[in-house]
Amino acid sequence: MERELLNVVGKPVPKRDAHYKVTGQALYIHDIKLPGMLYGKILWSEYPHARIVHIDTSKAERLPGVKAVLTGYNIPEIRFGFYKDNTPLKKGKVCTMRDEVAAVAATDPDIAEEAISLIKVEYEPLPAVFDPEEAMQEGAPLIHEEHGTNVLKLPWKLVAGDVEEAKKRSAYIVKDRFRTTWVTHCCMGTSGCIAHFDPEGNLTFYSITQIPYLAQRDFQEALKVLGLGDKKIRVIQTYIGGGFGSKLDTHPYEYIAILLAWKTRRPVKIVFTREEEFRCTSPRQPTIIDITQGCDREGRLTFREVHMILDNGGHTSWGSTTPSVMMMPISSLYRVPNVLYTAKCVYTNNTYCQAMRGYGNPQATWAIECSMDQLAEEAGIDPMEFRIINANQPGETTPQDFKISSCALKECIEEVGKLLDWKQKRGKRNGRGVGMASLIHVGGGARVYRSDGCGTIVKIDDFGKVQVFTGATDIGQGADTVIAQVVAEELGIPVEDVTVIWNDTDVCPWDVGVHASRTTFIACHSAIGATRKVKAEILKLAALTLGVSEEELDIREGMVFSTKDPEKKIELGKLLRSVHYRSQGQMVMAEYFYDPDTVMLNREFKGNFSKAYAYGTHGVEVEVDKETGQVKILKYVAVHDVGKAINPMLIKGQIYGGAMMGIGYALTEEMIFERGELKNPNFRDYKILTAKDVPPMEAVLIEPWEELGPYGAKGIGEPGCVPSAPAIANAIYDAVGVRIKDLPITPEKVLKALKEKEGKD
Amino acid sequence: MRRSITFRLNGDEVTVEVEPHWTLLYLLREVFELTGAKEGCGMGECGACTVMVNGKAVVSCLYPVMEVEGKEVWTVEGLAEKSPEGLHPLQKAFIERGAVQCGFCTPGMIMSAKALLDENPNPTEEDIKTAISGNICRCTGYVQIIEAIKTVAEEGHGKGTA
Ligand code: FES
Ligand code: FES
Repeated sequence: MERELLNVVGKPVPKRDAHYKVTGQALYIHDIKLPGMLYGKILWSEYPHARIVHIDTSKAERLPGVKAVLTGYNIPEIRFGFYKDNTPLKKGKVCTMRDEVAAVAATDPDIAEEAISLIKVEYEPLPAVFDPEEAMQEGAPLIHEEHGTNVLKLPWKLVAGDVEEAKKRSAYIVKDRFRTTWVTHCCMGTSGCIAHFDPEGNLTFYSITQIPYLAQRDFQEALKVLGLGDKKIRVIQTYIGGGFGSKLDTHPYEYIAILLAWKTRRPVKIVFTREEEFRCTSPRQPTIIDITQGCDREGRLTFREVHMILDNGGHTSWGSTTPSVMMMPISSLYRVPNVLYTAKCVYTNNTYCQAMRGYGNPQATWAIECSMDQLAEEAGIDPMEFRIINANQPGETTPQDFKISSCALKECIEEVGKLLDWKQKRGKRNGRGVGMASLIHVGGGARVYRSDGCGTIVKIDDFGKVQVFTGATDIGQGADTVIAQVVAEELGIPVEDVTVIWNDTDVCPWDVGVHASRTTFIACHSAIGATRKVKAEILKLAALTLGVSEEELDIREGMVFSTKDPEKKIELGKLLRSVHYRSQGQMVMAEYFYDPDTVMLNREFKGNFSKAYAYGTHGVEVEVDKETGQVKILKYVAVHDVGKAINPMLIKGQIYGGAMMGIGYALTEEMIFERGELKNPNFRDYKILTAKDVPPMEAVLIEPWEELGPYGAKGIGEPGCVPSAPAIANAIYDAVGVRIKDLPITPEKVLKALKEKEGKD
Repeated sequence: MRRSITFRLNGDEVTVEVEPHWTLLYLLREVFELTGAKEGCGMGECGACTVMVNGKAVVSCLYPVMEVEGKEVWTVEGLAEKSPEGLHPLQKAFIERGAVQCGFCTPGMIMSAKALLDENPNPTEEDIKTAISGNICRCTGYVQIIEAIKTVAEEGHGKGTA
């Protein structure tokens, strides 16, 4: 790939579907209606932990317009989730306030709602536990009796080197406890689906999933239970109103829609209200983090030891596996030779958690980067210098056996220093301060399943236009656009001539899902592979037509031409027509499956599970009002090592969006639970940032060419939200000398800490 | 009991039978099948349902349908339809400046911006931020949205269209 001569790659190509979206023509799940469609509605638990004594659905069943009423007692048992401890409708007992107890399908949403209100459930409340540390104790109420304990049997432990020995050699050691709480994705489009069986019993599922092909398998398990194991499942994705990890699992409401559709033999749609979206979807995992780090006299890290407790909630989704990603920054953010990490996931009667942008990385980085500042202070070294001393470097292998190819972490740190005027601004303690924090994330896929693959089919029509069928999913991040760009680049055609089709499992090839910031890296590699096969075929055909050798042919602006004799040329559409409309004609079409040669983490949780790693550093200048505890961000800079930016405009969109999410995580966002009940299930009380909160913000791209990437690129979907919170906490410390250790950093906490500090001083 | 109301929708007069308890959002989406205005919360807290009524941005999920009588309603569909180039300059700018990701907030965001520019063709950045502060966007971090609106204002396209 000639780096200098790119026509489409590296350009700010507008998002390919944006014109549908700005005109209201993009159809989301909320916008889709099928003939005869029924509306499903769910009755949620009234208790965080209770025995279900009796459910009376008779009144609901008699309501005109109601077509089905389901409970855990009139459906077969379907188990799902990572730990298989979840069911669509609960039987015997409920373990959280968001447990599904009954569901109805009715001819309109109002009737469905009324029917739900007519269902009477008798409960016998059980003792409940909401604190994971209490839940670990002897005699705590058991959430899943059959499991025997509230601690999940998960093996989260990483050991590299010898931490105990390293402690002895360390000149400086710091130890502290940090906490994070629940935050939720707040996708602007609420969750929903439509399930529909055809007369043969095959399921069509309209969905907003991030994992169409894995969902297919999950649903197949459910169909087996219904005696439909041999039936086909087609997942059709609508436009998706935000993902951020929330759609990485299959969810009870989806199984409920399938059950209702099967029962009624009619299409059934379930769409969440905003309140349901807050209460009944799975947020980011809360954590209690004990971290100890040490360094030598020169400031070189000697060890890092982290022990975590994760509140697993009442059931298990992907949240319980986030420690597998937390290990990445713990072992590999900065050069740290000796590492020990353990994590326990503990059942409670709280909500249960899922993937959310960063997949555990924001929590782990919160602790690591706050602790880095503490250690720098202990060692008497400027925190920026301290980070530079320990910065990762290209070519290194980390304690978790990650092979770092490109790495511009040092440049990121230095750039932040420059943009913030670090040397001038730091250390004043005058109410203004600067702080920074860095991140590492997978940037070249992540082999978290046995495959990290993605398929692509490319075909060319009679007019020289190209259709790309990809397994990848667009959740707004721009998969449709970057794939079109690399295909256009490869084929020498305008990007407008490429259509990317991504939303139908019957039409598109397989992919493992949109997660782990993998789509640009993996799906573009896959698209390039298919396009090269197509291009070779085109050149072969053109060579015959033009009577020259393939080697001297190339394509530019939709014209196949001889590089030796530019007069010898044929327009792509014309060439295609000539091969379609002749006897013994052919199609020009190719497929390709890209699966990187990475490995899954082994039993010790080591191994190079990504082809490349992304880095970045965020810097922030804050002003802290000592009277109110208010933190004002005066300047925010986000510097990211993205490899080559295939589309700098879309990348910046990922960074800005990520950073604003990260700032919300740092300062305002918090799901407030009292005895398992969410107290702020709306945008009034759950404070997501608005345009008024946007600080002066700059996104800077550092673009080392990643040899292993498609056109030098690395992934960027998640990194933007990872280091914001510690960067801000570090800046607050620099401004007023108080360190807040649990998120979010509210004015009350700052004020309290300032008072305590005054008391001490 | 259904009642008849008459108002102007995207420049054309319409008469329609409605249930008095409906919201304007329900009327637009369910009766006129205009999918641009979205329901993100149904409680006036997210702005996804924003449309213009008599030149002002309103959250249509709270707007009682009977109050539309005799008024002028614009939605994002109308902006496109009634623009000579098929897209309003704001729609074009949103596309070109990367202001659209998942797109769920986009129609409401554009209508808030349109109401602003109609009233104040030369807004400051603060004016822009205030005008869209009722429109939540989880994807973009707002930066490129603000840029897009600024561009349109600077190019003097704010007024006049539709
Ligand atoms: S849907 Fe009207 S403000 Fe959210
Ligand atoms: S683009 Fe997704 S909410 Fe704004």
